[in-house]
Amino acid sequence: MTRPSTVSDTRRGDTATDPPAPGPGTTRQRGRQPRPGRGGVLAVFLAPALALFLLLVVAPILVAGYASLYKWNGFGLPENFVGLDNYTRAFSDPTFRGDLWRGLVLVLLSLAVQLPAALALAMLLNQPLRGRAAYRLIFFAPYVLSEVTTAVLFTLVFSPNRGLGESVSRWLGADAGAVFADPDTVLFAVFLVVSWKYFGLYMMLFLAARQGIPKELSEAAVTDGATAWQAFRHVTLPLLGPTIRISIFLSVIGTIQLFDMVWVLTGGGPIHTSETMAVTMYQYGFRRFEVGYASAISIVMFLLSLVFALFYQRIVLRRDTAGAITNQGGQR
Amino acid sequence: MTATTSRAQRTRSLVLHLICIGVGALIVVPVWFGVIGGFKDNGQLSTNPLGLPDPWVPQNYTDLFASGVFWRQLGNSLLIAVSSTVIVVGAAAMAAFVFARYAFRGREFLVTLFAIGLMFPFAVAILPLFVLLRSMGLLDNPLGVILPQAAFGLPITIIILRQFFRTIPAEVEEAAVLDGCSSFGFFWRVLLPMARPALATVSVLAVVTSWNNFMLPLVVFSDQSWWTLPVGVQAFQGQYADDTARVLAYVVLSMIPALGFYAVAERQLIGGLTGSVKG
Repeated sequence: MTRPSTVSDTRRGDTATDPPAPGPGTTRQRGRQPRPGRGGVLAVFLAPALALFLLLVVAPILVAGYASLYKWNGFGLPENFVGLDNYTRAFSDPTFRGDLWRGLVLVLLSLAVQLPAALALAMLLNQPLRGRAAYRLIFFAPYVLSEVTTAVLFTLVFSPNRGLGESVSRWLGADAGAVFADPDTVLFAVFLVVSWKYFGLYMMLFLAARQGIPKELSEAAVTDGATAWQAFRHVTLPLLGPTIRISIFLSVIGTIQLFDMVWVLTGGGPIHTSETMAVTMYQYGFRRFEVGYASAISIVMFLLSLVFALFYQRIVLRRDTAGAITNQGGQR
Repeated sequence: MTATTSRAQRTRSLVLHLICIGVGALIVVPVWFGVIGGFKDNGQLSTNPLGLPDPWVPQNYTDLFASGVFWRQLGNSLLIAVSSTVIVVGAAAMAAFVFARYAFRGREFLVTLFAIGLMFPFAVAILPLFVLLRSMGLLDNPLGVILPQAAFGLPITIIILRQFFRTIPAEVEEAAVLDGCSSFGFFWRVLLPMARPALATVSVLAVVTSWNNFMLPLVVFSDQSWWTLPVGVQAFQGQYADDTARVLAYVVLSMIPALGFYAVAERQLIGGLTGSVKG
């Protein structure tokens, strides 16, 4: 580690190869040890973040990968090596295959309903409209509520006994009188609650992106005779491309990991019809103590996210010059 | 001519308002149902879910205020949110400083590693994390939530701060170094004060994520006295499943801190989310 007295001698890393700056300081410094602790400075500054990250984020993933090859109840050390059995078991289990299918349905619903609605609202709120600051504030507010609070509120809102459940259920066509108890409607109901909480986030992302587009562009198109729709379709929409692509990305990654909302709303039921991968993982890991099998499910979730992210970055995000996920733009 | 355009405009803005009010109602009605539902008894909730209470029953709220459980969970949530935020912002600022302003071997690898960390959610790591925390004796210990919470917040915090730190001109640093500033002195006395807006943004983001986290405190705390608000709300619902009005009151109380924080910190929150996505 670096001693404090040597830290003060280090110069800016970018200019490490530059000649020493002329001036009175140069002569004074010559007497001390030459260029001591640049590496030390780096180590000191990086140590807390790296230690936390490696120990509590990276290591658990690696341990999950290791544990997924064992039949293990989570106590002691895993000893009963079963190879890839946990994985083949997962993929032949109807519940887990259903999880994949339901994840896909939720993603498609989100792409077909939630994101377009958020985009449309963002375009509306971009118009001069009295009170639009208040609308914006309200639309975004659910995002700050926790998923659990939201979910508990909605179980009560949709409660068949004392909520709005009767009327809402009838409107959605559920026979049981409770949208969360009917296998035919439960996934759709979960999707509605998720959208209630998150569409404001996407709206805000689209709105921010829209306001970053110079007005002159769509004005010029309209002056040239384009209709408002044409101007939107051919000028604004392409310029919103990066934000739309990032939103799709966030939506897919979020769906793969959906847990809190489903756990509180339905616990995955009735008869697994709203279960997600994370819920299945939790059931096996923390209720039945089949830690090896649950780890295999974790790893599948991780790989799905990772493969999707890499694929998405290669194919879709490549043309966006900068982005939080890609991190390719603006390198010095 | 001008009369017709202004009339068309007025119709248009009326339609826009109607759409916004419709969507706003979808947001507000469930919350409204909760707030006034907490002032009803269960009989009123069955017969009159949306109307005003008659008579008003403040007892659900006053009981909770008096019980102490709510306050303890509020305190736990606060302790965990503040500590994990201090840790994640401190550690991420130091790392982002190095990533933004030093060129060294392995930098790109480390930056990519943290960026991939965006795809490590709690759900993926929670099982081994639980085993790990158990072997470190951190179950039923607030550190068992604070430290992982901070660790999982590192990727997004580092990415946002790094991008901000890059925008601070190199001349500022040269001037500081000529004036005798060490690296640490520059970081502490020049960079961090200049980065105050970005630090506010990432802090708000970190507070909100920690405040809302459910899975981690759910598995780490089996001792009820450590429960945070989300865990407490869910347990309360289980305990009082038949007493809808009382659960509604609890849900509403647990929403108030989050909404109050949103009212105060809205700008930083939205700036952080939109900024992080635009890059």
